[in-house]
Amino acid sequence: MLDDFFIRALIAGLGIAIVTGPLGCFVIWRRLSYFGDTLAHSALLGVTLAYSLEFNIAISVFIISSLIALILIDLQKRTNLPGDALLGLLAHSSLAVGLVVIGFLTFIRFDIMGLLFGDILAVTTDDIFIIWIGGPLILIILKLIWKPLFASTVNYELAEAEGLNPDRAKAIFTILMAGIIAISIKMVGLLLITGMLIIPAAMARNISSSPQMMVIYSVIGGLLSVILGLFTSLEFNTASGPSIIAAALFLFILSLLKIKQSIKLKN
Amino acid sequence: MSSNQNILVKLKQAGLRINNKWLVKDVSLQIEKGKIVTLIGPNGSGKSTTAKIALGIYKKINGEAKKYTNKVGYVPQKISIDWTLPLRVSNFMVLTENLKEETINDALSLTGVIHLKDKNLGDLSGGEFQRVLLARAISKKPELLVLDEPVQGVDFTGEIALYELIKKISEELNCGILLISHDLHTVMSATDHVVCLNGHVCCSGSPIEVAKNNEYKALFGEQASQILSRYEHRHDHIHTNEGKIKKN
Repeated sequence: MLDDFFIRALIAGLGIAIVTGPLGCFVIWRRLSYFGDTLAHSALLGVTLAYSLEFNIAISVFIISSLIALILIDLQKRTNLPGDALLGLLAHSSLAVGLVVIGFLTFIRFDIMGLLFGDILAVTTDDIFIIWIGGPLILIILKLIWKPLFASTVNYELAEAEGLNPDRAKAIFTILMAGIIAISIKMVGLLLITGMLIIPAAMARNISSSPQMMVIYSVIGGLLSVILGLFTSLEFNTASGPSIIAAALFLFILSLLKIKQSIKLKN
Repeated sequence: MSSNQNILVKLKQAGLRINNKWLVKDVSLQIEKGKIVTLIGPNGSGKSTTAKIALGIYKKINGEAKKYTNKVGYVPQKISIDWTLPLRVSNFMVLTENLKEETINDALSLTGVIHLKDKNLGDLSGGEFQRVLLARAISKKPELLVLDEPVQGVDFTGEIALYELIKKISEELNCGILLISHDLHTVMSATDHVVCLNGHVCCSGSPIEVAKNNEYKALFGEQASQILSRYEHRHDHIHTNEGKIKKN
């Protein structure tokens, strides 16, 4: 069954959606969407290094993204530049350096479009293993740091005062973000990973009244987006990443109708 | 009697300097089990900063600050909840610690907001939110309660009832309380120890002692001093939530 590229893509995509659901909620709550972009852009550098050193892509991307996150934290302490400027600096310079390195690697033929927007044909059995081992691992760790992370998202000082160690939770969360980018880059593509994190969670925000509910709807939204997106991709021969994100957008628009309804009910 | 094991927090000439400016300097105080310590002082005198130093929120401080307990309940002065978070009162109650349903209900009933349990946090009024904050802090049955203007925005009868509640809690739980308050009447009626701040400790002691202090008079004026020294606390009734009076 795993021989069929479409089944492989489906299994991989569903594994990714389960993880991006809860992580995406935190990306929205903590206003980290640009941070996610920065990590994703730096992933290109990770991919090129993986190719040139004949190394596993997911692991290489994970290392580079974590490194960029550490550099960001260090720059925040050392300079007076605002956070968004630092993010822009790192995002674009790592993307640029990645592309320059690709230019040097003339002996390897790169599918740039595949890297940027994802490629279902590229999903191998190995990738599925990485997703279904790495994904649950990310979820378990997220579950363990949920309390301090969530409490400090609501109010940092409250969490710190009541002994929850929010700084450690934040650092671990950063590594989890690098992790999800590493396992989903082949499937969704580096330009669209943040979309996969944010759009289902944004859809869920529109229809939930508690954090737990938002996480559950976000996962469901992600799963539906993958199924819908991949079938569209197969049917119309479109790139997998954009198809999944477009499906997520479609669900988001549907969720807006629900908001309209509840506003009407209130009046 | 103050044996060492009763001490919950001890500040020794603690201070905080940010960008070469002292927010507060040379504060020494200690909070013991079952005692209420109140910080008073004008705006910008470093009351909230001192509370945060005591809580260990600031990492780089001057002097010494030691906290001997991790069972802490904190009501911050300012807290803004983002609309991006769908958060109900019942979710907020278990923010830092999982609690039994019964415990949550008891705490919300004590502060008179049990009817708001399923409401969205963003839909509460200022006074209602303040009651929820207090309920959350006491529901954990903490050893140390830090209350930074806990009744701001609460209606007049509610204010008195909540201060009564705070006093009752300190007795029942035998917890230490660090209270920041503008209400000098309250300070007198409930407090064991008053610390008057103005960037540094300008005077401290029992409420009566502080009231007689000249620096205090200079800071708050003669009238405030009279409020404090004249105050005698005789309460023969309880104010319930609806503003009714219940005789003891």
